Amino acid sequence: MMLTEFTIAAARDALRGKQISAAELTMAHIEAIAELNPRLNAFITVTDEQAALQAARADQAIAAGQARPLTGIPLAIKDLFCTQGVRTTAGSRILENFVPPYESTVSARLLHDGAVFLGKANLDEFAMGSSNMTSAFGPVESPWKRSGGSNAVLVPGGSSGGSAAAVSARLAMGATGTDTGGSIRQPAAFCGLAGIKPTYGRCSRWGVVAFASSLDQPGPFARTVQDCAILLGSMAGFDPKDSTSIDLAVPDFEAACRRGVRGLKIGVPREYRADGMPAEIERLWQQGLDWLRDAGADIVDVSLPHTKYGLATYYIVAPAEASSNLARYDGVRFGLRADGQDLTELYEATRAEGFGEEVKRRILIGTYVLSAGYYDAYYLRAQKVRALILKDFTDAFTTVDALLTPTAPSAAFAQGEKMNDPVAMYLNDVFTVPASMAGVPAMSVPAGLDSQGLPLGLQVIGRPYDEETVFAVSQVIEDSAGFSAKPALRAGGGA
Amino acid sequence: MSLDPATVRRIAKLARIRVQEADIPRLQGELNAILGWIEQLSEVDVEGVQPLTGGAQIALRLREDVVTDGNQAEAILANAPDRVGCFFTVPKVVE
Repeated sequence: MMLTEFTIAAARDALRGKQISAAELTMAHIEAIAELNPRLNAFITVTDEQAALQAARADQAIAAGQARPLTGIPLAIKDLFCTQGVRTTAGSRILENFVPPYESTVSARLLHDGAVFLGKANLDEFAMGSSNMTSAFGPVESPWKRSGGSNAVLVPGGSSGGSAAAVSARLAMGATGTDTGGSIRQPAAFCGLAGIKPTYGRCSRWGVVAFASSLDQPGPFARTVQDCAILLGSMAGFDPKDSTSIDLAVPDFEAACRRGVRGLKIGVPREYRADGMPAEIERLWQQGLDWLRDAGADIVDVSLPHTKYGLATYYIVAPAEASSNLARYDGVRFGLRADGQDLTELYEATRAEGFGEEVKRRILIGTYVLSAGYYDAYYLRAQKVRALILKDFTDAFTTVDALLTPTAPSAAFAQGEKMNDPVAMYLNDVFTVPASMAGVPAMSVPAGLDSQGLPLGLQVIGRPYDEETVFAVSQVIEDSAGFSAKPALRAGGGA
Repeated sequence: MSLDPATVRRIAKLARIRVQEADIPRLQGELNAILGWIEQLSEVDVEGVQPLTGGAQIALRLREDVVTDGNQAEAILANAPDRVGCFFTVPKVVE
């Protein structure tokens, strides 16, 4: 088998059994990046020399019988996680030359567990986007192609588009992402991957460039549910440096994948049957429910009555928090500085030059909804609707163990589509945003292909801190779907 | 609620983002489209609902008010776009 085709679980066993070395595993991925990244643009920064050193140390650790859970596993790190001594841009011109003097908690935990970092993955600027088109370092091309020889360049989804494209194209075995309104789940669905946004508080936000702090949550991408469980096991855990980090023991997520769903109650939220949902997505959803029923679960209709208000709530809360978080980019302490005659001019010129259009739009919306006279009408009202959205989930989870929905209302679209209307782009996140607002764990699993040969995902939503059930349900969907399609552009795949 | 050009200028000023006069009509249109769409929240009955500030369903932790870090001037200044010795610099603010 080609080294770039290994799952993390299989590579872990092969490394420990000394059938393969960490050095050759990493080198295979570095070569794949050299071949395909110039086209895909999945990485903003490639750290091949550092990766080779880390891989050599991994081989030493294995030889000494000191392998840790991820020893020798090459990963991509979303360029929103601060990495000590390695440029961290957040996809923005304003941080183009920012080299953090510290390591984010999540990436430090991965390094501690032996992972090899291949580089920093491209993303929408400050994670604001659903297409990876807003990156100041250029868009990412999805490695997937529509069938029938279509030349359309598709988006990988966003905001964690580089992470998804890298794992899908076999440039990395797994990746970190962050999810504020769907930024892990939607690109996972578009690229045929598994990706989980854990419960808010499960993974530390310390050292992750902030977008909307009450929503931001790190999580992994991988090609299998089990691989996501392995990665999350290393990423998660209490961190006193994040005041919203949850002080709970990290369960054995990998073991939870094998629990099955016999006796579980799976809810079908009727409000997710959106008008205009493509018939093939509707069919796939029904297929997913049938798979779970066949595996012994009970399927129950439930109601989440405030679902339709999720997106509008999100587009008040997230920009409001962003306008506050991004106030730090002032051209004084770090990041880009543009000249100004006085301090105000310096701020205004720096921020005009350093931020892209979508980031500016969201800062302006956030500034407006927080401004005197409008705070109650917009922000306070949105926080109240947010409470109602959480109550919907809390009520549903008194009768069901998990929910099943589609991840996104369509398969991947082409670069240039939906670009002129911000609201049309926002509608991509209609199914992912409610779980973000409620802070509950949610995972996208590849479940099939649409009529054009593009991946479609199903979303499993669980109770707070019950990622184990999410993994168990997701594993049954993965096993039933037998998803084996591969993207047109991938390491060793020609093209 | 619909934003007029003066309000767009005022928001940009509050946000400390320079906006060219030629861009005001485009921004006005985009922001009004977003705000018009957000307006649907006014139909939700939120009477007596306590606002939810965050996703963590726990009270925020407190810790002892003690210094846990420090003496890292070089690390803190390492990314400064301009510095003099141990200080960040800004344009002259006092005549």
